[in-house]
Amino acid sequence: MMKITAYADRVSVAPGETISFMVNCSARQYQADIVKLVCGDLNPDGPGYQERPVRTAVTGTYKGRRQVIHAGSFVEVEDPGSFSRLQSFTVQMFIWPTTPDKGAQTLLSHWSESEKSGFDLAIGADGSGLTLTLAARGREERFSTGRAFLGREWYFVCASYDAATRRVTLRQEPVHSHVATRDAGTLRATSKITRLTERSAPLTMGARFLRHDKGRSVCTQHYNGKIDSPRIVDRVLDSTETEALKQPVLNAKALQSVVAAWDFSADIEGLQVTDRSPNLLHGRVVHMPARGMTGWNWSGEEMSWRHAPTEYGAMHFHDDDLYDAGWEIDFSFTVPEKLKSGLYCARLRCGDSLNDEDYVPFVVLPPRGQVTSKICFLLPTASYMAYANDHMGTDAPIGQLLGGKLVEHDRQDLYRNEHREYGSSCYDSHSDGSGVCYSSRLRPILSLRPKYKHWLGGQGSTLWQFNADTHITNWLEALKYDYDVITDEELHYDGVSAIEQYKVVITGSHPEYHSREMWDAMSAYQQRGGRLMYLGANGWYWRIAYHRDVPGVIEVRRAEGGIRAWEARTGEYYHSFTGEYGGLWRRNGRPPQMIVGTGFTAQGFDISSYYAPKPDSTRKEVRWIMQGVEQGERIGDFGLIGGGAAGLELDRADRLLGTPPNTYLLASSENHTDIYLVVCEELLINYPGLGGQENGLVRADMVFYETQQGGGVFSVSSIAWPGSLAHNNYRNNVSRITKNVLDRFVSGKQLLDR
Amino acid sequence: MADTGNFQVGPDDHALVEEFRRNPIGHHSPALQRLLNRLRGTPMADKYCLVVVSPNREWQLAKTSGVPGEPVKLLRRRFTDQAAAEWFVFRERWKDLTGETLSA
Repeated sequence: MMKITAYADRVSVAPGETISFMVNCSARQYQADIVKLVCGDLNPDGPGYQERPVRTAVTGTYKGRRQVIHAGSFVEVEDPGSFSRLQSFTVQMFIWPTTPDKGAQTLLSHWSESEKSGFDLAIGADGSGLTLTLAARGREERFSTGRAFLGREWYFVCASYDAATRRVTLRQEPVHSHVATRDAGTLRATSKITRLTERSAPLTMGARFLRHDKGRSVCTQHYNGKIDSPRIVDRVLDSTETEALKQPVLNAKALQSVVAAWDFSADIEGLQVTDRSPNLLHGRVVHMPARGMTGWNWSGEEMSWRHAPTEYGAMHFHDDDLYDAGWEIDFSFTVPEKLKSGLYCARLRCGDSLNDEDYVPFVVLPPRGQVTSKICFLLPTASYMAYANDHMGTDAPIGQLLGGKLVEHDRQDLYRNEHREYGSSCYDSHSDGSGVCYSSRLRPILSLRPKYKHWLGGQGSTLWQFNADTHITNWLEALKYDYDVITDEELHYDGVSAIEQYKVVITGSHPEYHSREMWDAMSAYQQRGGRLMYLGANGWYWRIAYHRDVPGVIEVRRAEGGIRAWEARTGEYYHSFTGEYGGLWRRNGRPPQMIVGTGFTAQGFDISSYYAPKPDSTRKEVRWIMQGVEQGERIGDFGLIGGGAAGLELDRADRLLGTPPNTYLLASSENHTDIYLVVCEELLINYPGLGGQENGLVRADMVFYETQQGGGVFSVSSIAWPGSLAHNNYRNNVSRITKNVLDRFVSGKQLLDR
Repeated sequence: MADTGNFQVGPDDHALVEEFRRNPIGHHSPALQRLLNRLRGTPMADKYCLVVVSPNREWQLAKTSGVPGEPVKLLRRRFTDQAAAEWFVFRERWKDLTGETLSA
């Protein structure tokens, strides 16, 4: 099992700026180095793994120490004394539990474990239903309705304690009753606790507070499910009063005795949890429970939380949510002024085997506001984040069906499987079965590594995403091109200014996820004379949002349509981060064909194939692209990713989806296996014959077209393309075509020969 | 999410065994593909997989547990050839499905 895991506080850093590294190491010490990464592929049949150490001030030996992650989302509210001083109280809310049988799960509590004092309203263990626990002066008492909750049903729950009479009342009321189902319950009892004692702790919702650990709040009894409209009042309420407090909008009269009334529909885009009472006991979310979720009263008449906020008062908590691992810094690296822009890693080693090392990739940018090359390699970090720490290999039964062979696990996959607290990807479902819609990079991302195979990468080197993209850096280095590297975050936060000074921008093999800001910047670049080489497929597919207030986390809503590993629930298609409609860019009016000429058409993960040239490739204007390639020669009938340049995911041209009318179709792939299937968004009615052996939509279209002011786009439309670049020591037609295009794009010369 | 379990293996499918043995990964006849879908589409509990020992040179046979968080179980068999690993697992699955032991 891996002995070192680590992450950095940023994914890109410019000269003069500082990047910090947080390391977990089970050995007594480790060696840290900064290396430039050239090729991350360990396949002996490939060009060979290559890194170049850089001497830096941080190079050296460091003391190893373990650092752990405390996953699970909750709300935390600092207590100015308002909760501690409560004697009588009523707590009420609506809940939609998703794993009611998974042990005790706290809904709301003000609890001090060390002082054994407080109150905790929870789903009880062993089907005991709504449970209130009271503790004071060494005594702890538990009260339960005894009626198990059903999963994925709304309940109104209410608990009260009367300090004068010591009476405890519990109410558990399904919002919709089912026939012959005993999930409603009431309890009236008398507590032996005569007085609650003060305590020092935050109030929490969705978990019970335990202790602090290095600046982080650690909780237990994490709840899975939604909470809506939680209120605390400082006395026992009658049913008229609890009814009044159910309303999403509370008037002054209703708020009179309220200690706190949290409105989860307020400021959905932020981290604050707003208290509508005059006490202003605002809280904050920890580890990002899902916001913008349909509430107990969602009518279905509005799909956007912006249009009906009173019906979106719910947050969905998960016991495996993670935003910031919160580790302590081990060392910080200030980038020297002269360090060339490129792809680098912090290499951390405590021994000789692959299990004794970890790498943390990061990009060194050119100096802010400048470029130091004509070529820009745009590292698709948003797409890496979407896949971060995925568990598909161990969790998804369709893995071997899609891969057409046994799934291969690398050491990082085994570690992630056993360390679920490292969080999931947007391809996973949470432990409660709901889809993962947020992904953070403030945690070790063990899928974003060199020396790592991933089963989606086809037969051969079996590389996917980041490590596959090192075949592009390897090719650029081998052919001695000078290039800068930037990430999606520069494009998102800086807009077109991040790329407009470059003659050419090169994509990775799979630039799938884009924010509106990224999309607009790339489109503007093209129309202002920029030249784009799209060396991949399935690009510009999903819309994402970055968080408004905090860095390093993206959101995707897998809404209506698309090849998707989970499906957003109806009414939850709009981003909580921004209010935008989520899902495919195609469903937002911007199919990928509009920005790169081709768009997702088919996928399969066993073996790859070749392209056959098309008539446009011999036209005078574009003959230069295939210069050096024999007429009629199969293009890319070789490669480390599936044995061919056309493979894994494929894009096709389609005028109706936005392929420009001046597009040249240079080549199309053929002879894919029946593991390759047409994407589901093309299937308005399904029909037999969707596999590669039968269906003409299963193909990669290599295209080229001019854009305004001398710009242009060249698209290979296949994820496998970069794996063919190094074949036969770079003497092959895939490398040749790529070089022809890059040289012409960089030259500034006009793109069509007349 | 997926279910490919309906397909029933019949006596004609024995001819597919040789087709698979000759070419375990790649183009398959529709009949063989349907058989493989049945063999591969099972849930994750005790499902065969491979673990990388030496990249592209050696793999260890293993089984997923089907329970998130529970370790992948390493078995005592290694392969230096990916096709040999596929053939071994095919024979095991064929035996589970039909009771017949195919010769190696």
